[in-house]
Amino acid sequence: MRSSEAIRLAILAGALSAAAAASAQGTTAEGIAKYREMLQDGNPADLFDMKGEELWKQKRGPKAATLERCDLGKGPGVLAGAFTELPRFFADTGKVMDLETRLIHCMVTIQGFNESDLYKAAPSIGRGEGANLVAMTTYLATQSRGMRFNLPQNRPEEKNMYEVGKRLFFQRAGPHDFSCSSCHGVEGGRIRLQDLPLLTKNPGDGVGFAAWPAYRVSNGQMWTMQKRLNDCYRQQRFPEPKFGSDVTIALGVYMGVNAKGAVSAVPTIKR
Amino acid sequence: MADPMRIRAALAGDETTVRVLMAHIMEPGTRRDAAGALIPAHFIQDVDASHNGKSVLKAMWTGAVSQNPFLSFKFKGAAKGDKVVVKWVDNKRDTRTDEATIA
Amino acid sequence: MKKYMRLARLPASIFALSACSTGLGGGADYDKMFQDAVTASFQPKGIATMDYLKPDSANNICAAADVAGKPLDDKMVQAIEAAEMKTIKMPSDGKFLGDWKEGERIAQSGRGLTWTDKITDVSGGNCYNCHQMDKKEISYGNLGPSLYNYGKLRGVTDPSGAASKPIVEYTWGKLWNARAYNACSQMPRVGHKGILTEQQIQHVMALLLDPNSPVNK
Repeated sequence: MRSSEAIRLAILAGALSAAAAASAQGTTAEGIAKYREMLQDGNPADLFDMKGEELWKQKRGPKAATLERCDLGKGPGVLAGAFTELPRFFADTGKVMDLETRLIHCMVTIQGFNESDLYKAAPSIGRGEGANLVAMTTYLATQSRGMRFNLPQNRPEEKNMYEVGKRLFFQRAGPHDFSCSSCHGVEGGRIRLQDLPLLTKNPGDGVGFAAWPAYRVSNGQMWTMQKRLNDCYRQQRFPEPKFGSDVTIALGVYMGVNAKGAVSAVPTIKR
Repeated sequence: MADPMRIRAALAGDETTVRVLMAHIMEPGTRRDAAGALIPAHFIQDVDASHNGKSVLKAMWTGAVSQNPFLSFKFKGAAKGDKVVVKWVDNKRDTRTDEATIA
Repeated sequence: MKKYMRLARLPASIFALSACSTGLGGGADYDKMFQDAVTASFQPKGIATMDYLKPDSANNICAAADVAGKPLDDKMVQAIEAAEMKTIKMPSDGKFLGDWKEGERIAQSGRGLTWTDKITDVSGGNCYNCHQMDKKEISYGNLGPSLYNYGKLRGVTDPSGAASKPIVEYTWGKLWNARAYNACSQMPRVGHKGILTEQQIQHVMALLLDPNSPVNK
């Protein structure tokens, strides 16, 4: 072809590819959002919810009892609204507990399971009692779907946990000097193409603290808040937080209190 | 027996929409573990959905279908209160049958 | 008070800052509760040892400022930056730039130093997690500024020439220890903390400054 024609075509091609690249960011983000929307119908989390309900109502453990009288903070057997008020202080243990540690407590006291065995099994989310804990946590959290977070801050223990959680959130350590706030302390932040909710305040309905437990499509796993925190610390290059430890409870209180009023969308679906 | 499916069926006009969520690992047989060895194939091969004893959907799947498959389909000729039965068989001859009432 | 011994070279004003974070009402010492929680809750796993939590003066000061919601005063900022500046080591072979193709690989990789990594694993720079670099890569984060056209925008046409020396040395220093230029920067100190080797940093330098790098096209 003639050189002037070639130049015109080259300029056009250049303009098109520049426009494509510029809109690719928006198109990619839109595409991912659409993909997630399509996955909402038929969220495999429902399978974990079903299994959890079955386990909750089944006579299990050395005492062959069901968990239906377990008190998650609103009275024995009251499930609606329990998840959205956790973590909270429990008089019978004298501690602030989250859903997962309170569930273990009920399995120990009502069903006769061994406490340290359950804490040992808990991190293995794909098998044995670890998988059962995940299923029941999903079921229990789902019972508060659509309700607003309203963690109590009446007891000194609850207020202390909030302050400890705040200091943990901003603690910088490890070879990368990361803190939770490195990623979750800015508005509109994004790692690669993954949006990051700002966790120092209410980031909105169904995100952040209001989104876990969630089903992760990329690895077909159901992740609870304990697992989410565990993997956050792994990627931050910290040592491992023990399951149900004070660090994990305190961060739950900090995020949950900050998210006051946010609607729980649990169980959600993630990439 | 394998874990139960979650089936919902709803009638709108003359069309019934059925949504099925199946619990299955759906291992294609082409993935490798951390040591480099192939993970054996384990996936649903045959799906059969029936209404009043008559088959309304047959599917032949491969390892290309993802874990915990979600299947949605429509068919005509059913009434509220009728039962829809879904059955799957996998490559290891394991099977699961569940049913739902059309709402 | 063990952790404050490492702050001996820093001005006395830091003691005032860290002492003011005791609790509200009831005299609760939240800082102590926080330290106790950290000690009781973390355990070593794989290569992530408790050494990962060893006290770091600049980190503690920056974190305390975040908790208090107040930025650091200028004197403190300068003190931290001066201390961090002293840690910068220039390349032992005098070469500032390596191969930009290798640099792109390092920028793409987020591996290394977690408890699922092995000590023999090669760490990546994690760069695209936070920065835009090569325009062709659309999967980039926004926690750090875009580095697209980094060298070009700074007029670097010959990285080994005298005119480019200040920019080249600044960029090396920034990669080695970003806190030397921004006291509480969120950017990992890839050289000082041993995340990347000298050779890897040379490759990343090339990605940023080599006129042939896609970053500068």
